[in-house]
Amino acid sequence: MTLDPPLDTLFLIPFLTGLPLVMLLPLLGTLLRLREEWLATLGLAHLAGASGLAGMAVGLPVIQGAPLGALLGAAIKSRAGGGNSVYAVMILLGWTLTLLIAANTALGDALAHAVVDGQLYFAGSRELIAAVLVGALGLAALPWLTPRLIRAHLFPQHEIANRLPAWRWHFGFDLLVALAIAVGTATLGLMATFALVFLPAWIAFRRAPNWRRGNWLSAGIGVVSYLLAFAVALWLDQPFGPVLVAVLAISFSISLMLRR
Amino acid sequence: MTVSPLLTLDHLVAGYEQPLTAPCSLRLHRGEVVGLHGPNGVGKSTLLNALAGGARIHAGNLERAPDLRLRHLPQRPLRPAEAPLSGHDLLRCMAAESVQPPPRLAAKLNTRIDRLSGGEYQLLCLWTCLGGDADLVLLDEPTNNLDREHTDLAAEEIAAERESRATIVVSHDADFLQQVCTRIIYVVSRGAEP
Repeated sequence: MTLDPPLDTLFLIPFLTGLPLVMLLPLLGTLLRLREEWLATLGLAHLAGASGLAGMAVGLPVIQGAPLGALLGAAIKSRAGGGNSVYAVMILLGWTLTLLIAANTALGDALAHAVVDGQLYFAGSRELIAAVLVGALGLAALPWLTPRLIRAHLFPQHEIANRLPAWRWHFGFDLLVALAIAVGTATLGLMATFALVFLPAWIAFRRAPNWRRGNWLSAGIGVVSYLLAFAVALWLDQPFGPVLVAVLAISFSISLMLRR
Repeated sequence: MTVSPLLTLDHLVAGYEQPLTAPCSLRLHRGEVVGLHGPNGVGKSTLLNALAGGARIHAGNLERAPDLRLRHLPQRPLRPAEAPLSGHDLLRCMAAESVQPPPRLAAKLNTRIDRLSGGEYQLLCLWTCLGGDADLVLLDEPTNNLDREHTDLAAEEIAAERESRATIVVSHDADFLQQVCTRIIYVVSRGAEP
């Protein structure tokens, strides 16, 4: 088989679908890590996976079903005020629903695994449009959201003292995260999405001298790891999601070995 | 022409679940630096929090000038254990870059905040309040973690920015209050008021 992975037309749409997500998810990861909400990602991803599967059971594409669960998670998070206990319940709920839906519908375990592992190679124009839209939304919103979220985290009294409509940026960020994770889970897979939020941000937190460089480092690790994983997965005929997580984990290990 | 006060407290009693402070009345104008001094536990920080909206007003009135821009330095500013945030990042987020910081602080603005000393971080947080365009600045124990040299620097900066705003300072350091304040209010415990 002669295959020039990213350029092969069969894989061009899947490749382009992943690209905006691997830039946006690590950027969201830096803010989630600062807000100590990175575990929320795993909760939202589990709920997105479960609702994506539930949508499939009634004939909806995963890309349409997944956002419902993630948005439900964002609403729970906003209402309950966040915290690891809430995120743990979201993870457990998502996991339970995923397995029960798989066991009690015609979808079966294989499809449930496909949702968890990712279906990037099956991405079509619908997934591409969703990824580009959420990527554009995120890249447009983050310059406005970021200083407000940093300020809200380090100086929480400032919003109250100045009677600012803080719910706009807190809820706006929650919605953005929910949408990005839903589209990520429906395409890249549950664990790959979580890894993209978690690992590049962790490296950036350890190594970057300031926030701007942290963002560049985080997004750069996401993109480079994606390019590498896409090529390796095709070349070695491996599932994409686990390969991406492995590449990100190797990046993290290398960062640990390098001196600060 | 009478200049309206930025803040008016009329027999204000602050607290959380229960009232904690004795009634306090005050009219605060631009250019004033008012110190709140008194023994531990009388509710100086609670009073400051009530002015910033973080504590409950149980009795009395609080009037703020319309569109009042306020900065509040809490007693223990939050500091993440690890974060790629420099001093510049912090000042940018707090819109506190309009005034040139003092040279000793300016030299540290490229350093990550998790790598600053306690005193340097305290000075940076103080500058997030003083370096912007706030009308009213509330400072709760601004000399925490500061050595003598940094304390003098903090006093200089509060004095330098005095005319452009009103400031309320809570401190256990009577010398510091004498150094920076235009007047000092001695806060007594609830029930001990005259």
